[in-house]
Amino acid sequence: MDLLAIWLGKLTLLALRATGRRGTALPGLVVEKAFPGFLTRRLARLSQGVVVVSGTNGKTTTTKMVATVLGQRYRVLTNDTGGNFVRGCITAVLQHSSWLGRTPADLAVFELDEAHAVRFCQLHRPERLLLLNVLRDQLDRFGEIDTTAQLLGKVARQVSGDVVLNRDDPRLAALAAGLTARVSYFGVAPELRALFPTDEELYGGAIGLSDLPASAELRALEPGVGTELTLRIDGVDERLTLQAEGAHNAQNAAAAAALALTLGLTPDQIADGLRAVQPAFGRGQSYTLDGRRVVLQLVKNPAGFRQSLRTVAGLHPAATVIAINDDYPDGRDMSWLWDVEFAPTLQGESGRLICSGSRAADMAVRLHYDGLAAEEVIPELAAAVRRAASAVPAGQSVLVFATYTAMWELHQVLSRQPSRNAA
Amino acid sequence: MNPLVIVHLYPREMNIYGDTGNVLVLRRRLEWRGLPSLVVPVQVGDPLPTDTDLILGGGGQDAAQGEIGRDFVRRGPELRAMADDGVVMLTICGSYQLLGHQFLTKDGQVIDGVGVLDVTTRGSDTRLIGNNHVQTDWGRLVGFENHSGLTELGAGVRPLGQTQTGRGNNGTDRTEGAVRDNVFGSYLHGPVLAKSPGFADELLRRALARRGAADPLQPLDDSRELAAAEVAVRRPR
Repeated sequence: MDLLAIWLGKLTLLALRATGRRGTALPGLVVEKAFPGFLTRRLARLSQGVVVVSGTNGKTTTTKMVATVLGQRYRVLTNDTGGNFVRGCITAVLQHSSWLGRTPADLAVFELDEAHAVRFCQLHRPERLLLLNVLRDQLDRFGEIDTTAQLLGKVARQVSGDVVLNRDDPRLAALAAGLTARVSYFGVAPELRALFPTDEELYGGAIGLSDLPASAELRALEPGVGTELTLRIDGVDERLTLQAEGAHNAQNAAAAAALALTLGLTPDQIADGLRAVQPAFGRGQSYTLDGRRVVLQLVKNPAGFRQSLRTVAGLHPAATVIAINDDYPDGRDMSWLWDVEFAPTLQGESGRLICSGSRAADMAVRLHYDGLAAEEVIPELAAAVRRAASAVPAGQSVLVFATYTAMWELHQVLSRQPSRNAA
Repeated sequence: MNPLVIVHLYPREMNIYGDTGNVLVLRRRLEWRGLPSLVVPVQVGDPLPTDTDLILGGGGQDAAQGEIGRDFVRRGPELRAMADDGVVMLTICGSYQLLGHQFLTKDGQVIDGVGVLDVTTRGSDTRLIGNNHVQTDWGRLVGFENHSGLTELGAGVRPLGQTQTGRGNNGTDRTEGAVRDNVFGSYLHGPVLAKSPGFADELLRRALARRGAADPLQPLDDSRELAAAEVAVRRPR
């Protein structure tokens, strides 16, 4: 029966590809409807079970880190194409299965958002869970931060093996009580805590220091771009350079390391794996447009936006485009732009400033009240990035901050250009 | 002129939807006219400045409202006196609800309010979420609503305006917000003042008039704000 499911799913994938469409949901949907037990049966066969990665920010990059690190020792299947819901998991299984019906993998690493993680647990109780943070995001969907934390608590109680928590996020650390799973933590050294504020700290609360032990701890971080770091993994200090920019990725690396320890990897193996991780889609990927480097940074919520803004210091862009859409995946409410302070990081660092996207005008207002002037407001995305590229000298960089749907559209446009991914 | 004193109520807890932006908008609109202001954050237990001109409050988590609610109620007599004295207040969502008589939660718990505004709110299972704009005496207010409390207005207030596309106070009578004297309550996040410059100036005008300032507010270039409002009202709910 699973063979039929795999054929159905793979044919759907082929059909999508033949019509030139990107599909992570549809094949999963088709199989989910026709063979409801498919995912449960397939996952039960994995010798090392399932790792679920969830939280507000950093899921995609951390999932990629976990999958790459574990890939050194295990055969890993993962939903790395961005389908972070149950159907995306089914599609990932389909993609990793052969036409003969085999799924050659020892374990699965799935990124799931909070609501879908709860749904996923009804199909398969995860063996391992990694929870990154709970920050304000998409409140027009989930309502409140505490609601989000409750969802994650529900998931944690379903885990049979290990739960790895961010000890520095009090809402997550509080979940440890009452779990049947083994609990371990990742964290950042007290000296670095101010770089990684929790939701309360972002909004004026004092920095809280946790005395919980961390099996993987971020010990040091080179100032500037923040890709050179020292992780203390199971008591061993490992120095490494990440390929993805931004201090937040250093914290994600600590998270991935702590999770990998629960599967028996050594500190050296973990460090080697982290060095090999490529930036995830839209998290600092770069493209070439008319001889200018264009770097895309996804922005989804205030905390992530603040972290991403720091990349201007390392990149020195000659122009910066801020592209804000308000489709459902972006969030319809523009209030969140007012929870980000733009002036301190962009002032004098952004180069020419252009606002784009369906809510370009809202962004221009936001900058205006931060004392920054958008030189142009160009709602059409491709036109805005072309304008930015043409306004800067050849060889210079354009930095683009884009919400989810804006990033997808720009990725399509920029990928059509020759020599993408020029580093 | 002495700086206009703007109190920001519970900036930590009652600000999960960007309502801090309202403080920034007022501060900047004064600054651009060369008028000084002083923003005073007031946390649980902090005294309210006696020379307060303007009070701003935002929306918060339901869980926070227990402690915040008690602190709010303790300030009841003082807030009522300030309202009677013409202090300008703009309260959004959770702090609007707390300015009313009471909040009746879904599970039947009664949280006392301050009674500055003649409104009562009861919790519901549905959340009213979406873009919203409202026609008022001070121009169009453009924002985003996100609440599950349903608010009914009493005889002592009038609605801030009529909703055009949104659900407003309770999803049934098309009213949005409440006004009495210089006290305003609204469900519009956004933050509301960002795309409603006429209303922002109305608040400043009232606060300055109460101080006895004779000069009219100098006009500002509001083209950005009005353009953003024009885009927002055309977006899907």
